[in-house]
Amino acid sequence: MNPTLTNLAYIAAAILFIVGLKMLGRATTARRGNAVSSLGMLLAIVVTLLEQGMAYEWILVGAVLGSVVGGAAARLVKMTAMPEMVGLFNGFGGLASLLVGWAEYHRQAAQSVSALTATWVAVCLAVLIGGVTFTGSMVAYGKLAEKITGKPILFKNQHLANGALLLAVLAVAVLYVLFPAGALGYSLLMVLILLALVLGVLSVIPIGGADMPVVISLLNSYSGLAACAAGFVINNTVLVVAGALVGASGLILTNIMCKAMNRSLANVLFSGFGSAASAGGGAAYQGEARPISAEDAYLLLEAANSVVFVPGYGMAVAQAQHAVRELGQLLEANGAEVQYCIHPVAGRMPGHMNVLLAEANVPYEQLVEPQDVNPVMATVDIAIVIGANDVVNPAAREDQQSPLYGMPIINVDHARTCIVLKRSLNPGFAGVDNPLFFKENTRMLFGDAKATVSALVAEFKGA
Amino acid sequence: METLGLLFFVFVLAIFLGFELISKVPSQLHTPLMSGSNAISGITIVGALLVAGKADGVVLTVLGVLAVALAMINVVGGYLVTDRMLAMFKARGKNS
Repeated sequence: MNPTLTNLAYIAAAILFIVGLKMLGRATTARRGNAVSSLGMLLAIVVTLLEQGMAYEWILVGAVLGSVVGGAAARLVKMTAMPEMVGLFNGFGGLASLLVGWAEYHRQAAQSVSALTATWVAVCLAVLIGGVTFTGSMVAYGKLAEKITGKPILFKNQHLANGALLLAVLAVAVLYVLFPAGALGYSLLMVLILLALVLGVLSVIPIGGADMPVVISLLNSYSGLAACAAGFVINNTVLVVAGALVGASGLILTNIMCKAMNRSLANVLFSGFGSAASAGGGAAYQGEARPISAEDAYLLLEAANSVVFVPGYGMAVAQAQHAVRELGQLLEANGAEVQYCIHPVAGRMPGHMNVLLAEANVPYEQLVEPQDVNPVMATVDIAIVIGANDVVNPAAREDQQSPLYGMPIINVDHARTCIVLKRSLNPGFAGVDNPLFFKENTRMLFGDAKATVSALVAEFKGA
Repeated sequence: METLGLLFFVFVLAIFLGFELISKVPSQLHTPLMSGSNAISGITIVGALLVAGKADGVVLTVLGVLAVALAMINVVGGYLVTDRMLAMFKARGKNS
């Protein structure tokens, strides 16, 4: 295909990505937005296949393999496992960018073409960002899927070790750019790839599971930048544009999430939040929790005029979203106003709870944000907390010693009655004790979230 | 050199555009937005196709095929998963 035509098609693809992203930002247009963006991808792929001198047999092998695996994974994954799935896809994208950078170096080195220094810098960036994205995403996947511990993994002089590693990466990168030729250049690149892979692991293991949503979002941004760097390596505009779009939008999303927790990105990445050492600062809360039975909880709910559900990761683990929706509908039929208040960082990924409740057919008009509910919380009869913990912890408001202090929370303790569905009094993912459980107007309904909600539903139906 | 300058120009503009696009998004769309933009980052498939399609020698073929497969997982999986999520967002009264 003629290069001008190719470039025009790439521009069209870029426009489709931009329009698609824009449409993804509104609930009514989001699905079509995703389709528009996928059309852009199809266009970019088809145009690339029409390039001169392309051989198709190996492409076919890789494309069929990737499509089957990706398609099957996307069909089969449970909605509750969505965060780790996105993390996994993200890691593969990063690794692909790394391989593209490596392959282009291999080709140029084999043809002993003297490329511009800028090309070698771009190769460095592609393998570096791609490598960090790959192993970082794999660790994030492991933490979310609970294949490795969700707790921060800390060791002595960790910051020092990471700093030294970063310096080593920079040194090797500079050497490689200065001496890209021959066996020396090739070995330097291999060392660089290895260091990048190690850096990805080491930079994500000290981050607690509760902060994984932020990390996935940041790694998503990285994978865009890796694609962008690969674009500079092969002088391809559509890679640069699409990669930069993802890089920038991912960074904005990361920032939105950090703000929701009232923490800086640096604090999320480097503080080892949720480890025993950092959680020890807060006071230990003593007092008597007031347990309640499902029957008594039913009587309270039956008399309520307004009910707010506050779901958290516990709802996802128990797969309780369908039972929750059923209870919500029964409450509505009983004349109560029902809302679902969702904290921006509830669950393991931004908007995780929204996805689950949407899966259970809860209309999105009923899903509200904390700033809409908090001002009127005192007029709410019952707030039901389902498997959420840190996002409703009043210590964030009251206890300056608490590691959560300053995080905007959902003020369920201001509701007339707060019912907490929980398996035990254990602290949440962040490892911080929760004084909510000992408040005067709090009732603890112990048990598996799904079993408990189903028991409440049965009470309603039996009445 | 001119290509590089042009690419950099495009890069900077795209970064600004990306910042502008995502400024106001309701939090319920954060997950689909993240997985949708994750699918777009699979654009590296274009680079992978060029490597695999013009590969000579074993090393380039292996790198190319691997890159195509991985990027394709990212693209196909990413778009399908996003669509599956968004298909579940329904307004009141519009049941499945």
